[in-house]
Amino acid sequence: MMLDGLYQEIILDHYKNPHGRGLRDPFDGEAHHVNPTCGDEITVRVKSDLTDISYDGLGCSISQASASVLYELVQGKSPAAASAIHHAFVELMQSRGQVEPDEEVLGDGIAFAGVAKFPARVKCALLPWMAFKDAAARAGVDVGVSPEVKA
Amino acid sequence: MSLDVERIRKDFPIFEREVNGHPLVYLDSANTSQKPVQVLDVMRAHQERYNGNVSRSVHTLGTESTEAYEGARARIATFIGAASPDEVVFTKNSTEAINLAAYSLGQMLRLGPGDEVVISEMEHHSNLVPWQLLCERTGATLKWFGITDDGRLDESALDDLVSERTKIVSLVHMSNVLGTVNDVSRIAARSKAVGALLMLDCSQSVPHLPISVGSLGADLIAFTGHKMLGPTGIGVLWGRFDLLSQMPPFLAGGSMIETVTMGGTTFAAPPARFEAGTPPITEAIGLGAAVDYLTGLGMEAIHEHEQAITRYALDALSSVPDVRIFGPATIEGRGGTVSFGVDGVHPHDVGQILDALGVEVRVGHHCARPVCSRFSVPAMTRASFYLYTTTAEIDALARGLDQVRKVFG
Repeated sequence: MMLDGLYQEIILDHYKNPHGRGLRDPFDGEAHHVNPTCGDEITVRVKSDLTDISYDGLGCSISQASASVLYELVQGKSPAAASAIHHAFVELMQSRGQVEPDEEVLGDGIAFAGVAKFPARVKCALLPWMAFKDAAARAGVDVGVSPEVKA
Repeated sequence: MSLDVERIRKDFPIFEREVNGHPLVYLDSANTSQKPVQVLDVMRAHQERYNGNVSRSVHTLGTESTEAYEGARARIATFIGAASPDEVVFTKNSTEAINLAAYSLGQMLRLGPGDEVVISEMEHHSNLVPWQLLCERTGATLKWFGITDDGRLDESALDDLVSERTKIVSLVHMSNVLGTVNDVSRIAARSKAVGALLMLDCSQSVPHLPISVGSLGADLIAFTGHKMLGPTGIGVLWGRFDLLSQMPPFLAGGSMIETVTMGGTTFAAPPARFEAGTPPITEAIGLGAAVDYLTGLGMEAIHEHEQAITRYALDALSSVPDVRIFGPATIEGRGGTVSFGVDGVHPHDVGQILDALGVEVRVGHHCARPVCSRFSVPAMTRASFYLYTTTAEIDALARGLDQVRKVFG
């Protein structure tokens, strides 16, 4: 079935057993993002040294798994490393499936390569990453300029 | 007389196609309906043979175009039981029709602080946001009917909600999410008693039910062409002529004027007063052809078919484990739109897996976020039916839901 590319085991695992979920104190920046077409919501909190990233939200398997992967990849990283990961993930999602993801950088995030082929779902995968970027900015952490989001 | 659905489906070329390697199962007619060749042919023929601008040309093509455009208006008027074609105003869609009404009624009634507008929690955003904006502009107060647990309009506070302060009541006739068909007779009587105008959003009811504006009890109704076998870009505002004739214009420009001087303008009588600029001519003619098609089959027969399909769907969905239906559980007072949830699976994921099987449903908040909030869910999955829907398609939906449960089990 075509869906094999979308619903990878890794994504379903993160959806059913999310890592780092739940809003925690203390934090230095918070952002709440919604996807107005589907009503999905996420709140992300960031500590300025990135030692904790916490989140909570309502949404589909793609957006919720994406938040879990974000937590795993970025929590505890330096701003420069976080920025590189953020850039690589956004670029992958914009690729329409034309970019080969680097597992060294993206870890479980490579499972989202299949999502890039479903334009209606790219926004779901990006929702936590865009909220993270805003929350980080509010915590004084610049994760850099992302590729233009066209989804 | 029952519908020959297999024969009807042959009129819709789209049913010949496959989606993701499966025969198309189209269960999203509340979103937009499919179009029969009879509508497509009329629109193409008009563009190829008769195209001219309406209401302003003395030449033959302009005259023929005007006759076709006004002919469509007259047939649509008959279809909804209007007293005259002059009660039918062409708009872009229901949304524009409601915005027209909100703007114009606000002016006409000199709405202000102390006045009240009453809607419901069941509204599509198109019959909610225009009234919110009107109240924000004028200082009037917005109030609303709630929804009962079984998905009906909660009329228990009717006499408090609709009072001498109420100037406008605007309600959905059939919910685009819950499928509820609102019996508005009590609200219509109360509105009339307190001198409030009643508008109905009939976007989901005119395509599916026999409607006669004479017996609805409303002063204005809105509906849209693309949900009733017609094209996009054409909708209708119907209003009692004596009301329309008191309402000031909404959009201004060509065709809606009587006399223009540099010092001021007087306006044409309805419906022209509300149709500024070159209208969607081909689309109006297409909607006329759609109405001919529906009339040919008979709205009673269409409604009966949809009741049978809906009963079948409610049974089928109730027998799928982990499925929760939102809205009335039986076919009494409901139409062929069924929203549901699958425990533990987000509607986006339900819709995605169904699409992989060729089953097209709508997922999300359906432009009616307060309805989802009322039932404490961020989104729902919705299957909606029409005259071409078969029980085999409902079976495909039920099989698809088994697949959903397998992937997320």
